[in-house]
Amino acid sequence: MMDFLTTLFDMLGSASFWVATLRVATPLILGTLGVLICERAGVLNLGIEGIMVAGAFTGWLAVFNGADLWTGVLVAGLVGGAFGLLHAVLTVWLTVSQHVAGLGVTLLATSLSAFAYRVSFPQVSTPPTIEAFAPLESLADLPLIGPVLAGQTSLTLLAIALVPAIAYLLYRTPMGLALRMVGENPAAAEGQGVDVIAVRTGAVIAGSMLMGLAGAFLTLSAFNAFFFNMINGRGWICVALVVFASWRPGKALLGAVLFAAFDAAQLRLQQAGGVLPYQIYLMLPYLLSILALIVMARRAAYPQALMKPYRKGER
Amino acid sequence: MTNRIRRTLITSSLALAAAAMLPLSAIAADKIKVAAIYTVPVEQQWVSRIHKALNAAQSRGEIEYVFSENVTNADYERVMRQYAEQGKGLIVGEAFAVESAARKVARDYPKTAFLLGSSGKPQAPNFSVFDNYIQEPAYLTGMVAAGMSKSGQIGMVGGYPIPEVNRLMHAFMDGAREINPKVKFTVSFIGSWFDPPKAKEAAFAMIDKGADVMYAERFGVSDAAKERGVLAIGNVIDTQPQYPDTVAASALWNMEPTIDTALKMVQAGTFKAEDYGKYSTMKFGGSEMARLGTFEGKVPAALVAKVKAKEKAILDGSFTVKVNDTEPKSN
Repeated sequence: MMDFLTTLFDMLGSASFWVATLRVATPLILGTLGVLICERAGVLNLGIEGIMVAGAFTGWLAVFNGADLWTGVLVAGLVGGAFGLLHAVLTVWLTVSQHVAGLGVTLLATSLSAFAYRVSFPQVSTPPTIEAFAPLESLADLPLIGPVLAGQTSLTLLAIALVPAIAYLLYRTPMGLALRMVGENPAAAEGQGVDVIAVRTGAVIAGSMLMGLAGAFLTLSAFNAFFFNMINGRGWICVALVVFASWRPGKALLGAVLFAAFDAAQLRLQQAGGVLPYQIYLMLPYLLSILALIVMARRAAYPQALMKPYRKGER
Repeated sequence: MTNRIRRTLITSSLALAAAAMLPLSAIAADKIKVAAIYTVPVEQQWVSRIHKALNAAQSRGEIEYVFSENVTNADYERVMRQYAEQGKGLIVGEAFAVESAARKVARDYPKTAFLLGSSGKPQAPNFSVFDNYIQEPAYLTGMVAAGMSKSGQIGMVGGYPIPEVNRLMHAFMDGAREINPKVKFTVSFIGSWFDPPKAKEAAFAMIDKGADVMYAERFGVSDAAKERGVLAIGNVIDTQPQYPDTVAASALWNMEPTIDTALKMVQAGTFKAEDYGKYSTMKFGGSEMARLGTFEGKVPAALVAKVKAKEKAILDGSFTVKVNDTEPKSN
């Protein structure tokens, strides 16, 4: 037990642990913000897992074909947005089931990426690589957080910067107010002259762009090659994290970092050995997140019109 | 009039059918039709070796090769039956997660030869098994790893602790202990075959704790080693060209002896249920330690001599690497 506690405290005090935590958290921050924007406007977007795959693939492919890294990020965002438009057409315009449409988008985006990958690379023995984003070593001199930030890439900083930016947009601008209104009471929003369909469509596209970025982080920063199954459920975690966050950007950041910290911790605790089977450690982040979810989600105020399609003139 | 048209139609379609069948049977006589079914993409290390051997046979003109990749286990049986129905001569694949279904298919198509990766036994008359029994080169690379480690700490990141992974890790650890009995191992599994970012995180965690040689069972581990300037040991494939200053040694799996033997048997009509495991051993050329390449000269001569001697002992049968399929643990 003492051993375990020393390991734990050593870990929490080490910069490398927090470096890993932020790195693991980045795709979750971006993805969770994406889901949050969609759901705040009343649309559940289960397309996230597939949109992340598509973003990871297309962003990487652009860079592989000679584009610079930020162009790759842009491409991933645009492709994410395109799948968002598809999801919006299905759920907002045609008002089909948001669950089914979202899963459909996930399957389509995943399979299309796999197909496009194989068409682009019919004969490769190992996955081709690119030169990924490099850590920002120049930040190492900053006090306290310097060593932690120096291990990160620009994309991580972008993800963190997006949190207050999105909070500001949601709570301090007319556009954010309109977005929140269509997610709470679309009929009232309509009464105020807000075009519910347009706002929801825009929100789903914007959220999906962030999901595309979340995927691209994995192939342009965390790693330098594309693998079919590399998203590995990260999208689904984002969907849960939004509930944890009570649909608030600040708490979304907290949730993503907390989950990532659990994951970084389990990798460190697992290698220390011990009697527990490795599966327990792998389970840890999920288990602790469920516990946190129970505590946090009790008072969660979810958008009242979430998953309710809006048909103009219908009562 | 109508009758004549009908008659012409019938005769011509019969002729067409006959014409269509002739070249087919002519091809079948010299080229074996082979289908492979993989549960993962062909870039995956393990599967890439099978794919390579079959592609080689195809370019030699011996076989007609088709494959399906990324086939889920739920779909596996259907795809097997589809290929069997098409009259493939040999079906290659991996039965690990679909043992009973795959064996059922083999029973239903006794004329088709099946060669599947499996931890189980062959099943008469037509279901042969193979596996990556490359523990011998894994042992040799373990010797290199321990000899090259300054900290005496070796990190190992795996996907899942299945026998195919465990036996190589154990052989590697045994080899390392022969050089340095006090070497420390940290082992962790990431619970996925395809999550290089996660494998990389696990490797970073080990390097942070002092590991200076990493056993790269998964993609991502060598990347972490490269970024931190420590060494890595390759497994199944040779990744030294991608990581020339990082990958010191690799245990290679060559599927050619297994595939070529099976093809010969099918060609001669003598294919039967057998365990092809031995064709993955060094003696049959089924595995080898990759040449040191860029590490020629960086690995101390005394260590190279020890490894060479052990290699010789394995080849002449005076030394046998123990096969241990239990889950390896950190020590």
